[in-house]
Parts: sequence; structure tokens; C-alpha cells
Amino acid sequence: MTSTGVRAAARIVARGDGRGGTALPVLEGEGPLSPRRTRGSGAEARVVLVGAMSGPLGGDRFTVTADVETGARLRVGSAAATLALPGQAKGEARYDVRLRAGEEAELHWLPEQLISARGSDLSVTTRVDLAATARLLLREEQVLGRAGEEPGRLTSRLALRIAGRCVLDQELSCGPGAPGGWDGPAVLAGHRAVGQLLVARPEFAERPPPPRTLGTGAAVVPLAGPAALVTAVAPDALRLRRLLEEALALLGQD
Amino acid sequence: MSRAALLVLADGRFPAGGHAHSGGAEEAVKAGRVTDAASLADFCRGRLHTTGLVSASLAAAAAAGTDPAALDAAADARTPSPALRTAARRLGRQLLRAARATWPGAELDALARRFPKGAHQPVVLGLVARAAGLGPLDAAYCAAYESVSGPATATVRLLSLDPFDATAVLARLAPELDRVADRAVEAARRVADEGVDALPAASAPLLETGAQAHAGWPVRLFAS
Repeated sequence: MTSTGVRAAARIVARGDGRGGTALPVLEGEGPLSPRRTRGSGAEARVVLVGAMSGPLGGDRFTVTADVETGARLRVGSAAATLALPGQAKGEARYDVRLRAGEEAELHWLPEQLISARGSDLSVTTRVDLAATARLLLREEQVLGRAGEEPGRLTSRLALRIAGRCVLDQELSCGPGAPGGWDGPAVLAGHRAVGQLLVARPEFAERPPPPRTLGTGAAVVPLAGPAALVTAVAPDALRLRRLLEEALALLGQD
Repeated sequence: MSRAALLVLADGRFPAGGHAHSGGAEEAVKAGRVTDAASLADFCRGRLHTTGLVSASLAAAAAAGTDPAALDAAADARTPSPALRTAARRLGRQLLRAARATWPGAELDALARRFPKGAHQPVVLGLVARAAGLGPLDAAYCAAYESVSGPATATVRLLSLDPFDATAVLARLAPELDRVADRAVEAARRVADEGVDALPAASAPLLETGAQAHAGWPVRLFAS
């Protein structure tokens, strides 16, 4: 085993093909990160990230970037949940996701859950930069431990910029070694699944969606910008997904 | 300049309207998540390391002279709940009104002109600390302490908790308050070089969703 962990990167560029569809002039990955094009629908190109489930392990550094150029439409999913595991290498693993969408572009970023296994130590950062007229649907779900297992250490930061202005910056830290109270009544209160849906639509600037709550563990809120956030906590991944889908239905489809 | 100004500013009797807010404790009590001194301690600890750290960093950066408009926008981005954004601006406006009478000065006048509807309370707090001759660490302490003293005081009323127990909760958090205040000042220093993205963004999902649920109640004891 190396002591530095694995470095891997995947890169996706989506571009209008001039015929009303979306081309993928760049679609590359290495090591455990492998993006594959699948059948799209209409103007949208679809990509599935395959193989992400083999890591990240302690010390690994993964980077995924996706660039959706002017007018292009891209939907990215993953073939399976990502499992953060303890590794032989020392130190935390890092998973950086950098997403950009240009004018009139649309990005749906809908990976499966991230599962923080016992003994793992992972820091995930997702930074999204949108042009003023870009559209976004992003889902992020964290599951703390496999069934009945205590979680690893997980820090997850999600930041959104629209036209250069920061609209959302949120970080959640949980698991052993996280700052105190993370599992207490102010933060997670024993819930083992936590997720967010981030939706940006230019029309929200004029007509922000009204705030809604779904029980005490989920809320749909308009952000201080043309975007809305759904925050949800649930006992498990299945119930979390249901809450997020229910909340998305409240926001209406594009 | 006097360190004792910190006692005036941090005093719960300072007329800035904080007593009307529970910092999420009212919702947590009604939902059954806070039931006694032990769960209150856990609630306060979680709030301190999330909202408390972010507020303390904003206050420290404002006290150090960072542009309040940039800090106010950073506070918005770190406060997804519109109910909490509204509460923070209302508290900011009330604090500014009290502070302009207490420590009048051009900087606070300018802040009031720039934010007629109120700036986020921690940003105002940082500038008020400056006006009172205090520094970034003082402002950070004040914000961090408020992040836990509000819920503790509110819970005494909500649960008829023994005030001795609530005060003991706060006293036991003192070492963590020290660490949060230090981290906040360190973050504020980085803001000078790296901009407001260097501010912590620690969040508490249940404080966010709970604040939205609480805002929809027809009858409530506290404003937030």
C-alpha cells in the first residue's frame, strides 16, 4: 500500500451540438472514477459515474468536474452509492466536485447516496457556479453508517454561486471527532440520513417558491437569490429519498 | 476604551430584543428533542459549533473592519431559512438602535443608512463592538455566548427548568466557547486575505427546518 492514497479525476464537458442536442467533447476519468455516456432524452446528454463505490479510502483525493456550456443540457447520475471506507493511508480522504453551467444551460446532478462507513474520514466539497440564466437540480444525500453501524467522520460543504454571487454556503460535520453536539437536538438528533436538494431557476428571481415544511425534519426554502433549498433529515436513506422527492414535487418540475 | 464595555454589550439586559428569541429552543422543546438539562446541554453545544461559530466569525470579521455588506451577504448564504434571515435582520436592527444611543458614532450611522431594514445581527454586533472600543475577540465571545445563552434562558421558561441547572449548562460550555471564539478570530483574520469565503459555514439541519416549522405556528411564546 502507498501512504499517500489514490489521486483520481474525472472531467465532463457538455456542449450544444448545433442540432438541438448536447455533445460531450470531454468525457474522461481515471482510476476508480469512470464517467460513461448513456442514452439521453431530447436535448439532454446523460452520464453515469461508474465505479465510485470502490472508494474513497483514507488519503485518497478524488476530483470530479463538469462544465455545461451555453445552452447545453447535462444529467449526471451514479451507478451505485459511494461508500467512504477507512484506508491504509493516513489522513482524511477528499472528494471535490466542481460544477459549472453557462447561460441557458441546464445541469441535473443526481448521484446516489454517500455512505460514511465506520472508521472512514472523508471531506466532500461541492462548488457550483451558475450563469444568471442557468438551471440546476442537485441532490446530495449522506447516510451515516451502513445498517446499524456507527458512522465515520464526514464533512460536507455545499456552495452555490449565481452570476458570481454566493447564494448558499453550508457545511455539515458529523461522526466521531466532529465538533460536539452534531448528533444532538439542534443538528441531527439521531437521524442517520441527511440530504439536500438545490434548485436554481432564473424565474425564482421574480417568483420565489413559498417556504414549506414537511414535518419537522424537512423544509423547502427560498434562498437569498434565484434558488431554493430543500433540507431533510430522516432515520434512513429510503425515507430521506421519499422526503426529497415529495419536496421536489412541491417545487414543480421544470 | 474599556474592556468593561463587553459586560454591558453581553449583558442579557442590554435592550436589544434578544429575550424575545429562543434560538430554536421553543421548537426543539415542543418536538420533544429538548426535555431536560442534559438535552439542553447537547442542544446548546450543537448550536454553539454551528450557528454560534458562524455568528462569532461574522462578528469578529466586522469588528476587524471587513466590509459589512460583504459580511451580510455571507450571512445570507449561510442562513438558508428565510425565517432565520428575517429574525437575524430584526435583531440586527434592534441592536443597532440600542447601540447608536449607547455608543454613538459615524460608523453605526452609516450602517443604519446602508441597511434600513436591518443587517444580520452578528454583523451589527461586530460593528457595535468596534464602536464600544472592543476588538474582534470580544465580539466573537459575545456572539458565541449569545448563541447558547438565548436558548438556555428560553428553556428555563419553556420547561420550567431550574435556572441553576441552565446556568450550569452554560458554565460547562465555557472551554468550548473559548475554542469557538479563537476559531472565529482566526477565520476573521483569513477573511482579510481570502475574502468572506474563508468564513466557516457550519450548519445545523434541524435548526433550519425547525425554524421554518416554528414560523408557521399560530401561537408561540418566542419570535424564533
